[in-house]
Parts: sequence; C-alpha cells; structure tokens
Amino acid sequence: MKHSLLYKRDFYAGGLMMLFGLFAAVNGPRYTLGTLMHMGPGFLPTTLGVILILLGIAIAANAATAKEGEDEEGILPEHPQWLAWGCILASPLAFILFGKFGGMIPGTFMCVFVAALGDRDATWRGVTILAAVVTFFGVMLFHYLLKIPMPVLKWGFQ
Amino acid sequence: MIEQALTGLWYGFSVAFEPQNLMWCFVGVLVGNMVGVLPGMGPLATISILLPLTFGMKPVGAILMLAGVMYGAQYGGAICSILLNLPCHPPHAVTCLDGFPMTKQGRGGVALAVTVFSSFVGASWGITEMIFLSPILVKVALEFGPAEICSLMLLGLLAGSTLARGSPVKGVCMTVLGLLLGGVGSDLETGQQRFTFGLAELDDGVELIALALGLFGIAEFMTSVNQTGSINTQYAKIRLRDMRPTREDMRRSVGPMIRGTLVGSLCSLIPGTGPTIASFVAYATEKKISKTPEKFGTGMIEGVVCPETSTHSSVQGDFIPTMSLGIPGDAVMALLLGALIIQGIVPGPQLINQHPDIFWGLVASFWIGNILLVLLNVPLIGIWVKMLAIPYKFLYPSAMFFVCIGVYAANNDFFQVGEVVVIGILGYVLLRLGFHPAPILLGFVLGPRFEENFRRAMLISRGDLLTFVERPISAVFVGLCVLLIGVQLYVRLKGGKADVYLPPEKALHPGAEQEAATRQPAPAPLSADATRGATR
Repeated sequence: MKHSLLYKRDFYAGGLMMLFGLFAAVNGPRYTLGTLMHMGPGFLPTTLGVILILLGIAIAANAATAKEGEDEEGILPEHPQWLAWGCILASPLAFILFGKFGGMIPGTFMCVFVAALGDRDATWRGVTILAAVVTFFGVMLFHYLLKIPMPVLKWGFQ
Repeated sequence: MIEQALTGLWYGFSVAFEPQNLMWCFVGVLVGNMVGVLPGMGPLATISILLPLTFGMKPVGAILMLAGVMYGAQYGGAICSILLNLPCHPPHAVTCLDGFPMTKQGRGGVALAVTVFSSFVGASWGITEMIFLSPILVKVALEFGPAEICSLMLLGLLAGSTLARGSPVKGVCMTVLGLLLGGVGSDLETGQQRFTFGLAELDDGVELIALALGLFGIAEFMTSVNQTGSINTQYAKIRLRDMRPTREDMRRSVGPMIRGTLVGSLCSLIPGTGPTIASFVAYATEKKISKTPEKFGTGMIEGVVCPETSTHSSVQGDFIPTMSLGIPGDAVMALLLGALIIQGIVPGPQLINQHPDIFWGLVASFWIGNILLVLLNVPLIGIWVKMLAIPYKFLYPSAMFFVCIGVYAANNDFFQVGEVVVIGILGYVLLRLGFHPAPILLGFVLGPRFEENFRRAMLISRGDLLTFVERPISAVFVGLCVLLIGVQLYVRLKGGKADVYLPPEKALHPGAEQEAATRQPAPAPLSADATRGATR
C-alpha cells in the first residue's frame, strides 16, 4: 500500500498549496483587480494565488513521479500524540475562556493546567502545583511589574 | 566615509551606554544565552514572546534587547552542542560532530573556551563589516526607485526561501503564503478589506506576534511534546580550570578562525544564507582543507572553531541588509524588522539617517553585548547546564502561558489568542508536510512594502512590466534572481539533492537527542562535495 499516491506526503503538500492558492485566486477578483498601471487591491492576491496553485501542482506532480522509498516520511509522526496536541491547542482556548470570564489568575492557571496535562508523565498533583507556581509568578510579572491591562480576578463577562 | 562611520560609532556608544539601554542589552543577551541552551526554545519563539513586552519601551532599548536575544542564543547553542551533544539549534548542530567527542575526552572545557573566543572574533568581524559596509550600501540604496526596491525584495525573498532548509519549491510556496497573509486586512491605498471574513479584528491584518508564536511556538511544542528523552549531563561538569586551552590548541585554532570568519561573512552577504548554512559550509571547508580529514568527528578542535566562528560572523553580518536596506535575510531578522515597524519606524535605507540612534546604538550594543557574553558565558555555564535538568513537561506549559499572555498583550485582545491557535495548527500541518515555515515570516513582513512598491513602480512605468529589466540596477537584481533559480534547477536536474550539507531533519530535533546521546555522534551528514554554497 505504501506506493499508493495517497500515501505520499508531497501529494498532500501540493494539494494544500493548491487549495490555498485557489482560495486566493477565487477571492482575489472579488476586490477590484484594476489594470497593471492602476492596480486594485485584488491584483496581487489573485496573482499570488495563481502562483501558489502552479507551485502546488509542481509539488504534487513531483510526488506522483518520484521514485519509491525516497525520503518517505508519513504525514503523522511515528507516535501520534493526539492527547498532547489536543491539550496544547486547548490551552490558549482555556486562557481565552477563563481569562474573559474570571481574569488573569484563572486564565493563567487553566492555561498552564490544560497544557501540562498533555505530558505522558503528568500527574494531577504535579500539574496543579506547576499551574499554581506559574500563575503566581506570571501575575507578579505581568500584572504588577509590566502592568498588562487585564483584571487579576473578576466575575462574569464584562 | 570611514570618518563618518567612526563618528557614527562614537555616537552609538554614547547611546548604548545610557544606563537604560545598557540594562536592556544585558537582559537581552542573558535571556538569549539561556534560551540558547534550552532545547525546544529557539531565539524565534523567545523574541516573539518578548516582543509585546517591548511596546512600552523606547525603540532603541527594544531593538537592543531583541537583537541581544538573537546573538546571545548563539553563544548558548554552542554549550548545548559541545557538552551535551544536543543539536537542538540548527546553526550549532555541526559543532556536535567534533565538540562532543572533545567533551568525552575531557576537553569540553577547552572546546568551550576556544568557542567563546572564536565566537567573539567572528562577531567582531561581522560588526566591523556592518560599520563600514552599511553606509556604502545605504548610499547606493537611497538612489533606488520603487522598481529597484521591488526587484531587490524579490531577490531577498527568493534567496531566503530557496537557500534555506528543505526543498526550494516548498520554500517559495511558504514565501508566497507569507505574502498572502501579509495582504490580509485593509488595503494600503484603497482601504478595502481583504480576506477578513467580515471580522473587524482582522482589519489591521494578521498579528505578527500571533503568526510568529503560532508557527515557532505552538507548532514547535506540538512537535517536541513527549518526544524528549532525559538529557545526559554526565560530561557537563566543567570547572574553570578545565577551560584553559594549551598553546597547541591556540595555534591550531588561528587558521580555522580566519577561514570561519571569511565563510561567515560571505554567507551573510548572500541574502538568505544565514548562520546555519554558514556553519555547515565552514565545517565542510575545514574538512576539505585539513591534512587529516579522516580525523574529523573524533574531537578535532578545528571542527569546533571554524563553524562557530562562521556562525557568529554571519549572525552579525545578517544585520547589514536588514538594517541598511530593510530586507531581512531570515525569519529572525524579519521579526526584528517587524518589531521596528510596530514601534513606528519605517525600515529601509533612510533608517540610518533618520534614526541614527537606533542604527549606531545597535552596532555599539553588539560590541558591548558580545563582551558581556564572553564574560557571562564562563561563570554561567554551570547554571545553564543545571537548567537543562528542567524537564520539558514543566517547560512547555509555562511557555504556553507566555505565548498566550504575550499575544494578548500585543493588543489587549483575546481575539489574537484565538488566532495563534489557528496559526499553530496550520504551522504543525505545514511542518508535517515537509514545509519550513520560516519564509512565511519573511513574506509576511515584506509583503505590504512589496505590494506598495510594486504598485508604485507600475504606476510610474505606466503599467509596463519591462521597467524591471530596463532600469539597470533593477535588471541586475532580476538577473540574480534568474541565476538563483537557474542554479537550483541545474543542481536538481543533475540529480544532486539541494540540501545535501544540511543534516536530516531528525538530527536537528530534540526528539533525536536520546538516540544521539547514547550512540556515537550521528554519522556525518556532510558529504565531501557538499560545499555548493562555498564554491559558487
């Protein structure tokens, strides 16, 4: 199955570029294109989109013709870390949610807490302690020293 | 001309020695030195985290500090490579080959001492180059019209994307993507909203800090999480006494030091070839020149000195096009340029005259910073090595907090924090698909200015694209672009792999460290004919 086109990384790489290019090339003309002399805001994005499509085709075509077993790396790493990835991506979201709702202390705590859960050796106790320590120093540094305008503790949106 | 440069430098020292600026320079190099040692935290992520904190500072202090992080990290990276065999910072990966064997022989201290000294020599040369070359470049560049600026940018973008790591085509893709991302938001001339999806928050464009932290923070954490093994620090105990090189060591280092400096400064003059390429080319050159090339990899001091000198010479030299022309050579420089833009300073050839305090203050701070680093490095090595004992499971969650609060502080808005998540996912997908996201930043920072100048050039020439080849200076740049692409195509068609002299991806990643630490140093990724960059 390995030789199937669907398993080639560059096939997807080219595809993704074509997708981005297509998006730009289709949406670009919605803004004024203008002429070469008086270029509108849509001119460059459209051009870049077309270039990106062409480059994407080149990458994909290269993948289709490339010999087997050459520089083959799967799209997913050997040991996918779904939990850890999820935790890392959820961490800023937790920061947004708790930061908006409760201020800097809950935001920071949850941000670190959620991120730290992703490690394979994470324990509830260790994660809590880490989050508490980072929160303490973080608030000291960013609220008292650098005076970032974000309430330390509050309740509710607004 | 020379007199003018020296007056400028004198003025620069008076700026850099202002207590506040001196302090920021110190903070910068200290933080840089620290993150240089830590695996999984590069100068890029650090600079982007620190960037929002500099908004309240004066531009001079801000740029001094951020630049300090950049070259401070280079000193730290060498420690990592030599003592621990961790090739976690690309420019220093090649130093592992001979640095770690030296450590195993109990000569790690000597390797470090020589490295620090040769780094200083390389950096000094780079700074000297900047002092005398920049005013000349500026004088030429001030004559440039929009067409010349445009083709120069094109050259910078092409070189930055094709000469960096990985496949050139993919690199160009990333640049184009960066240019597109740079176009998001209000159009400069007409004010029309582009690609904002109706979100008012995107009117000002994608936030530079969110982009940088998404691509080099979150995507990087996603790659490294649960991949790092325990770090072997058994060889890392260095006493001051161990650091005294013998006379023989000194004698053997002089030649490589000079050669490394030359390679580094050459690489810094070719846009897009940053310190990583410089160090690999330097190692390959040294191996080729050596009478005993077979001994490389067993702890040859030449194999440590030459790449390290060239790295530093090239790091400082990279500031030349960035500061004098406003064309960054790599992602870090693009970020520094972005920092200037955020401070309301327009980069370009006029910078040196309009803001002499920034330019000459920066140059002077390089000397101060490098001297500080030499002094700091010796007593701090022990502390940095201890910091390596901090497991990644503590490091990355804390870093996530810095990412979040940093992005928030940029605009005091949670929207950008969401942005960073989206960009982080994109960055990780791109990494997995074999793209190197660094050129995105290049395109992103240059994008708006490229578009502006392109439009202006077209307006002046009445829509005639030939203007780019009819104007002689512009034609030279376009010619160089064609040459660049031609050479790449030629190399490719000949069947040679474009990036033979760069180590395989895995060797650069902390994930590989466990393997690498237990085994002998990774088989040399350098082939003898790998001096493509040097011979050209």
